[in-house]
Amino acid sequence: MRLACPHCGPRDYSEFRYGGDASKQRPPHGTTGHGTGDLQTWHDFVFLFDNPKGPHLEYWQHVLGCRRWFTLTRNTATNEVGEPK
Amino acid sequence: MSKYSAFSLARHALDPDLPWPRAWRSPEPKASYDVVIVGGGGHGLATAHYLAKNHGITNVAILERSYIGSGNVGRNTTIIRSNYQMGANTGFFEHSLKLWEGLSHDLNFNCMVSQRGQVVVAVSPVQMDVFARRGNIMRLNGIDAELLDRGEVMKLLPYLDYSKDARWPVCGAIHQPRAGTARHDAVAWGYARSADMAGVDIIENCEVTGFAIENGKVTGVETSRGRINAGKVAIAVAGHTSHVAKMAGLRLPVESHILQAFVTEPLKPIVHHVVSWGAELFYLSQSDKGGLVFGGHIDGFNTYTQRGQFAKIRDVAECAVSLMPFTSRVRLLRHWGGIQDMTPDGSPFICKTPVKNLYLNGGWCYQGFKATPASGWTYAHTIANDEPHALNRDFSLDRFEKGNELDEFGIGNWTYKQ
Amino acid sequence: MTFRRLPSGGRIDRNRPVGFTLDGKRYRGFAGDTLASALLANDVTLVGRSFKYHRPRGIMSAGVEEPNALFTLHDGARTEANMPGTIVDLIDGLTARTQNAWPSVELDVMGINQLAAPLFQSGFYYKTFMGPTKGAWMFYEPFIRRAAGLGAATEAADPDRYETRFDFCDVLVIGSGAAGLAAALSAAGGGGRVLLVEQDSALGGGLLSEPEQDGWLQARLGEIRNASNIQALTHTTAIGLYDDNMVVLVERHDHRQPDPAKGQARQVLTMLQAKAIVFATGAIERPLVFANNDRPGVMLASAVRTYLNRFGVAPTGRAVIATNNDTAYAAAFDLAAQGVEVIVADSRTEIPADLQRRNSIEILAGTSVVDVKGKNTLHAVLDGAEQRTITCDVVGMSGGWSPVVHLTSHGGIKPVYNAAIAGFVPGGFAKTHSGAGAVMGTFGLNAAIREGAAAGGGSIAIAAAGGEDRPYAIVPTWMPPRRKGKAFVDFQNDVTAKDIKNAHQEGYHSVEHLKRYTTLGMGTDQGKTSNIIALAEMAELRGLPIEQAGTTTFRPPYTGVSLGAIAGRTIGGHFRPTRRSPLHDWHAANGGVFIEAGLWQRAWYYRWAGDTPESAYVKEMGLVRRGVGISDVSTLGKIDVQGPDAAEFLNRVYVNGFAKLPVGKARYGVMLNDDGIVLDDGTTTRISETQFYMTTTTAQAGEVMSWLEFLLQTQWTDLKVQVASLTDEWAGMAISGPKARAALELAFPGVDVSDAKLPYMGCLDFSFDGVPIRLLRLSFSGELAYEVHLSADYAISLWEHFLKTGASLGLKPYGLEALASLRIEKGHVAGLELDHRNTLDDLGLGKMAGKEKDYVGKALRQRPMYQAPERWSLVGLELLEPEKRLRGGAILFAKDDKIEGHGRGYITSVTWSVELGKTIALALYNGGLKHVGEEIVCAFPLKNELTRAKIVSPHFIDPEGKRLHA
Repeated sequence: MRLACPHCGPRDYSEFRYGGDASKQRPPHGTTGHGTGDLQTWHDFVFLFDNPKGPHLEYWQHVLGCRRWFTLTRNTATNEVGEPK
Repeated sequence: MSKYSAFSLARHALDPDLPWPRAWRSPEPKASYDVVIVGGGGHGLATAHYLAKNHGITNVAILERSYIGSGNVGRNTTIIRSNYQMGANTGFFEHSLKLWEGLSHDLNFNCMVSQRGQVVVAVSPVQMDVFARRGNIMRLNGIDAELLDRGEVMKLLPYLDYSKDARWPVCGAIHQPRAGTARHDAVAWGYARSADMAGVDIIENCEVTGFAIENGKVTGVETSRGRINAGKVAIAVAGHTSHVAKMAGLRLPVESHILQAFVTEPLKPIVHHVVSWGAELFYLSQSDKGGLVFGGHIDGFNTYTQRGQFAKIRDVAECAVSLMPFTSRVRLLRHWGGIQDMTPDGSPFICKTPVKNLYLNGGWCYQGFKATPASGWTYAHTIANDEPHALNRDFSLDRFEKGNELDEFGIGNWTYKQ
Repeated sequence: MTFRRLPSGGRIDRNRPVGFTLDGKRYRGFAGDTLASALLANDVTLVGRSFKYHRPRGIMSAGVEEPNALFTLHDGARTEANMPGTIVDLIDGLTARTQNAWPSVELDVMGINQLAAPLFQSGFYYKTFMGPTKGAWMFYEPFIRRAAGLGAATEAADPDRYETRFDFCDVLVIGSGAAGLAAALSAAGGGGRVLLVEQDSALGGGLLSEPEQDGWLQARLGEIRNASNIQALTHTTAIGLYDDNMVVLVERHDHRQPDPAKGQARQVLTMLQAKAIVFATGAIERPLVFANNDRPGVMLASAVRTYLNRFGVAPTGRAVIATNNDTAYAAAFDLAAQGVEVIVADSRTEIPADLQRRNSIEILAGTSVVDVKGKNTLHAVLDGAEQRTITCDVVGMSGGWSPVVHLTSHGGIKPVYNAAIAGFVPGGFAKTHSGAGAVMGTFGLNAAIREGAAAGGGSIAIAAAGGEDRPYAIVPTWMPPRRKGKAFVDFQNDVTAKDIKNAHQEGYHSVEHLKRYTTLGMGTDQGKTSNIIALAEMAELRGLPIEQAGTTTFRPPYTGVSLGAIAGRTIGGHFRPTRRSPLHDWHAANGGVFIEAGLWQRAWYYRWAGDTPESAYVKEMGLVRRGVGISDVSTLGKIDVQGPDAAEFLNRVYVNGFAKLPVGKARYGVMLNDDGIVLDDGTTTRISETQFYMTTTTAQAGEVMSWLEFLLQTQWTDLKVQVASLTDEWAGMAISGPKARAALELAFPGVDVSDAKLPYMGCLDFSFDGVPIRLLRLSFSGELAYEVHLSADYAISLWEHFLKTGASLGLKPYGLEALASLRIEKGHVAGLELDHRNTLDDLGLGKMAGKEKDYVGKALRQRPMYQAPERWSLVGLELLEPEKRLRGGAILFAKDDKIEGHGRGYITSVTWSVELGKTIALALYNGGLKHVGEEIVCAFPLKNELTRAKIVSPHFIDPEGKRLHA
């Protein structure tokens, strides 16, 4: 599989580090108090996955290159990779 | 159905035209069952066997979208062991190993359970301490384990790299003599044959396309061969758990990842144990047919394609040659990938779900095969009693909310480590 | 069966005789021979024994598909098992041995298995060996393992080396038959870089066995040589197609000369990125399934032709050609032309007229070979329109052709059945892929050339070959004639048509069940000649058209590839980069003994203190507790954090506050993951309002860096912060002990390091001898201590400077073992405690967490069981039985507990405390410090030890921290 780093261009996937599902919204900083409501929000964010068979928006880091984090859409049924952002 | 034995083999040898009966029937689905099991893999088939054997529940259908055993029970590296140290895991996997030990007899099907022992090679004094903790817990739970020093490892595994050029030294090992391998396909077939004889309908080429849920309670499944009503529905589709559970409205702590496995040309016996390495996740054994069967880490990103990345293949080959330099001249014949459920703590689910009468078995990560008997055994219990058994109580969906993770590997929430 | 070398002809070099041995016996062949052709030329036809029944076997094919003729090559550490003789170039001095037979292939005692053959039906293993007791398989298994396995490997390390390359090309052409040559030339005409790969020792594919087309072949090879943008590689196999057009090639040098010269690679693996790929992979001939079709002397018809035309080896007297299609006639005609008497048994009742024109051969229509008898001389039993038995030297069989769709299928596109050729062809192509020639089911030479030219881009015209294509016709025959005697489908695994019938009867219907139940296609040949026949037979048994019965999955590699070639050079000492501190060379030269710590090599102890770690670390610890020592801490992660929002950023990632950290001050911080589990700890120093200097643990340096980058680049993009890793660029050394300040004063005269100027947790940046120095007053040991950080380039100079100026104080280096023991005495947690299962509270650090502010992991660390009182948390232990030992990994029990189960905790780290004169340990224990003062039991059943210990505070020495502040 080849991924296109926005800085460095297409490279073999072994240069990259995977960062997981990028469609999940991290709860904004500064909103965590002590209530259980936060706990549910954070639980869902950290532990639950859509895990789709199909297009998947995800994070990658060009960890053995420029170290840029970026997102792209990959089809998990085919490993076809879209343009990075 | 005729019993398999040396005698029956001889009878068939003398009369070559005497047909063997089918190992399992190919029935048309009935309109309704007490229990419908979604997924004809190792775990689903084992569940049917134990539902019949332990709970007398035989009005059961197994729905398999392809052929039985087409998932991970036929794609793994066949290792069985019970060297687990975290709470619920220890007892569960030991229960599994005990079931393995009697499985061929239980099923009247030779699953070639080979207790040749597993040796996990330690590469630092610190790692010896970490292994000691595991071994001590095993011993304290009545499980066999022994620490080996470097000299003892050299005797057991003379082909490892003991030279000064080795990347990491061999410091010793932990050895579980009762661990070993089993013939993976035979496990699926043996459970299928046994369940079928008990009256369970195994329905291949029947894909579940939806769940009928009324008032929070499941009443049946929609399939490619029509609607089938069910008193209870049990999911056992590891690899595709999220996909199937989604049809029942569930979002799970599961991602689907590819784990690759490898087999070499057949060789005369040379590796007599299951050998694992403390430096990297790497495990190898020699099949009865002679091929070296081995594997390593998952590729590291979620995918449903059963094609692995070559970089990971190189990685695993590097492990093999670095640990066992003789393997350099051994030729790889075949590599393949299986899709496994990964959970955040590396442990599985055998539990009830928020939908009444719908049960979940999945999230097996690296340990699905060795768990097969105990998974079926405890899942059957959970379905029959609508309550988990003590052995699987902690394999629940809500453990992340509670903070009751079962992190056996000690790598933390692996989704950070991808 | 007898074969001889013809006095002329073939592509062998008769001026270069080559000597080799088989089972110690000397033979001669010629350069250009394969091991198989040379053996045939020497009339050696019995070359192996089969896997299960130990039936005598000969050479069946002339290529990679060979199931029978497997040899063990070379000796000693270079032993290579299971090599098909059909792909081994004959080289001078080659030693080969036959396999799976004892004492010899002629007189194999295991041949007795044939008598018991009726027992060994498919699946027989599953039906027996279960009794009399539960573990009975453990009794039977060793016998079965010994009987299985074909060749033997050596335990010795491989002495050869392998290279790995990355490469790129515009067009990759796989296969150099007519279609491949045309494709390569055509693609080259387009100007791009073309790579043409051929697994054989020569370019040409099937044309190498067709003398009448040699003119065309030579002309094209000339053009290829002259094309500057075509690189043609022989001995090179495309083993697999991976995502995004990556093709892995393996080039073999090892069968060109006996031992690679020093420094030369045995094999070279290339990861090729191709913009376009032309598959010209050809087709493999299938055997016919009839009784005893495995006798030595029964070969593929195309192989008979190849041995004749390419290698000049022919049967001496009479040949029977058994076929169901047109292609086998070429072999018949060529044999006849060499004076061999030929009888063709064609199962078809109608035979194309143009094939019947030659009167020198006898053609029997509607007639099949149903059995072959005989041992040295073969007797082919014919049935059908003609019924007779023919005595002959060879039976050449052709059951049709199977296109080589392996590579095209690796990408996930399933092949489809083409009834016209009775074979599977690619079910389509990905963008940038195309196919040409026999792989597409195109068997006419000129059609293949045209297809190749088109696949290559069609930019230039490729000359046509002589003669006209004739249509290909086949009437497939899958099932064997009803007849006694084993009819083999998979020769290597001894799978017969009867086995397939049995599998069907027992319900193993799916192709995958069939394979797994019978072991079909599991051998070194991976079923290249057998899989299609078997699935066609199963389809017939099930009453399904072949296309509905499904195909097997084609998995890489196409042919076996040594693990050495895949691993390349990153093995042994080169496996995983070894990380070394900038001070490594000094340690090595000055009595430092190293230990592996993850990827790092760290100085474990120094010879000045002793010759074993046990003796040395005690002395080194004493140095730090009573004098002053210097230690290399360069492996710590070091991260520069800069920007107007740097303080805010750190305040978010650490549980404790960093927003108000004064400039010039350091603070110990702990980070959590989002799930509330401890990620890392370390000290971070405020250099200026907008700059911080963070240190991390050695193990987590990479993780933390990536995590900070993730948060800044994807989540908190509004924060104006940059991070840069200095781990490799900077060195660090700790100066520890009561005399540490004195050592600094001697080392840096003129620099004020007084307690007032540089208090505990203070920082001083200054320049010494022109080199920027960062001096931090931190302590891991609990003593008065400093860390000096500076550019790695000057690390050794400064280290030596310290040793020189500190000599009067007795300053000496101390290693990792002492460092670890010192921190245990002080109760500092490290890797053994931070095992990714601990919360902040487990480590006794819960009070550090900010109450008001938000930080990473805040929500989920409050989950109920993370706050439960019975969690295992950090305690100290003191050994109560001095004659015994505490050991890491011991399981802890309360005094009156039954010693079983999981206990109440475990020992993480143990040391002999020099200061306290006793053995102490850190442990995690249920309820933690609530139990201080209690006596507990440490169980180590692996050594049958039970040891009493007492729970104490983990801060064994100087709990008030007076020494730190001295």
